Amino acid sequence: MQHVTKIYKGRGGTVDAVKDVSLKVEPGEIYGIIGHSGAGKSSLIRCMNLLERPSSGKVLFGGRELTSLKERELQAERRRIGMIFQHFNLLTSATVRENIAFPLVLAGQSKRRQAARVDELLELVGLQAHGDKYPAQLSGGQKQRVGIARALAAEPAVLLCDEATSALDPQTTSSILSLLLSINEKLGLTIILITHEMQVIRSICDRVAVMDAGRVVEEGPVLDVFLRPAHGVTKQFADELSELEGGAPLPRRAGSKLVRLHFVGEETYEPVLFEAVKGSAVQCAILQGTVSRMKHTPYGQLLVELSGSPSDIDGAIASLRSSGIDAEVLP
Amino acid sequence: MSGNLSALRSTGMDWSRIDPAEIWTATQDTLSMLGLSLVFTIALGLVIGVLLYLTSSRQLLYLPVVYSFLSLVVNILRSVPFIILMIAVMPLTKEIAGTTIGVAGTIPPLVIGAAPFFGRLVETALREIDRGIIEAAQAMGASKWDIVRRVLLRESRPGLLAAVTVTAITLVSYTAMAGVVGGGGLGDLAIRYGYQRYQTEVMIVAVVVLILLVQLLQMLGDWLVRKISRK
Ligand SMILES: Nc1ncnc2c1ncn2[C@@H]1O[C@H](COP(=O)(O)OP(=O)(O)O)[C@@H](O)[C@H]1O
Ligand SMILES: [Mg+2]
Repeated sequence: MQHVTKIYKGRGGTVDAVKDVSLKVEPGEIYGIIGHSGAGKSSLIRCMNLLERPSSGKVLFGGRELTSLKERELQAERRRIGMIFQHFNLLTSATVRENIAFPLVLAGQSKRRQAARVDELLELVGLQAHGDKYPAQLSGGQKQRVGIARALAAEPAVLLCDEATSALDPQTTSSILSLLLSINEKLGLTIILITHEMQVIRSICDRVAVMDAGRVVEEGPVLDVFLRPAHGVTKQFADELSELEGGAPLPRRAGSKLVRLHFVGEETYEPVLFEAVKGSAVQCAILQGTVSRMKHTPYGQLLVELSGSPSDIDGAIASLRSSGIDAEVLP
Repeated sequence: MSGNLSALRSTGMDWSRIDPAEIWTATQDTLSMLGLSLVFTIALGLVIGVLLYLTSSRQLLYLPVVYSFLSLVVNILRSVPFIILMIAVMPLTKEIAGTTIGVAGTIPPLVIGAAPFFGRLVETALREIDRGIIEAAQAMGASKWDIVRRVLLRESRPGLLAAVTVTAITLVSYTAMAGVVGGGGLGDLAIRYGYQRYQTEVMIVAVVVLILLVQLLQMLGDWLVRKISRK
């Protein structure tokens, strides 16, 4: 996307939903866009397949400029871009099988090929037993699985997900996310998803863009963006991850320093903290801590209080930094 | 005593005056007027309803001028009382059906009277469809025609069937009025015998058959709607 802007004109004036956004998503990656409600995420993703026509800017897909295509050509390109929705948007009058076959019917495939493809997809999303049910007979998670199967039916190159898990409970959310991840890995499908939930970004995304008030304020690999957030909104989301912020003020002893440590990768599991304070006179108290994963990378955060002489404390911090830990001294 | 009884009989009902064959013919006429006009009304009304829906604001074919014009025509046709409409369109009826009397002569006015009504009901039924479903179809590369055929008309089937039921019942009462202008059928029978010849019992039988017909249509419609609803 190059310099995409979307302005809604209405009776109550105009809304600048997307402001000059440029993004490049690489084939095969899972690209997340996170932002608070109203940030313009939906408008942005809907500009990608031109459900909303950008007010200005270009949308390029596999070398073709979608924004310059005629209606028929655009329809053909859209068959290579799957999309799933927060509220699933399945045909209520059609069975699961008929819903999944819909893109194949549009493509004019024969009944036999449709049936074979639908069987494959039912298996992929684990709904073999539910093919002849109607959407109203399914749970939210199952409906989203139908949505995913339908979006994949015509073998698209990209899958767009508009808050695909926001209407689901946490457990169903993780099962849908692992389905998306396995599809990404198995089929090499590029996935672009938008969400306001940090957990979604954390568990499956490779790269992320943070949106605020219509602009992309930060962008990059998930770890880089959230371990060293630069923008206020990014910090808010990062804090959701660490859960270190908030709560009662922490107890402080005189002469001690509060240090936040970030561990990334395999060092998360190393006894670096112990090594750093071992030989010195510094005392170390762990106040808070988490160890978790971002997609496949382990990471941890510890809030520790180091007490002792100022030079000993500085020595311990230097030793931590030299073993590759990001140590941030809090005021 | 016996004189009193016969007097009662003469002012009361004489059911032997009813000719079942005549009732049956009238019922057949009503049914063929209803059937034929319903078929054309559905066809024309669907087109009107889909056009109203598509051209209205924020829809696939947003065309405010076309919408306003169509909407005005529909409203005009719906505000003219049917009996006046029937007389007003007589020249057109002659043009289309070749006659203004008999079953054939009633079809054009019945359709012109009922199609705008049905069209509005179709528009309303289509509005009930979740926009998200239409967007999902667009995202899958559906053309406008695909969306009309495979999404709009399919998703709104229960609503459309309910609309057909209401329209059929409206047409039953229209056919009764059409009878007055020479269309035949049960309404004609009721008026000719009941009103003009004071044979109340024929009128009662004709009205009862009409009531049964309406009841039957409503039950059939409700049953079908329940059968195809998936929500
Ligand atoms: N169709 C529309 N017409 C007018 N304003 C809209 C429309 N869609 C979204 N908006 C406005 O654009 C802004 C961004 O909305 P949206 O893209 O849905 O944000 P998000 O998905 O991040 O919650 C909001 O202020 C919203 O009110
Ligand atoms: Mg949204």
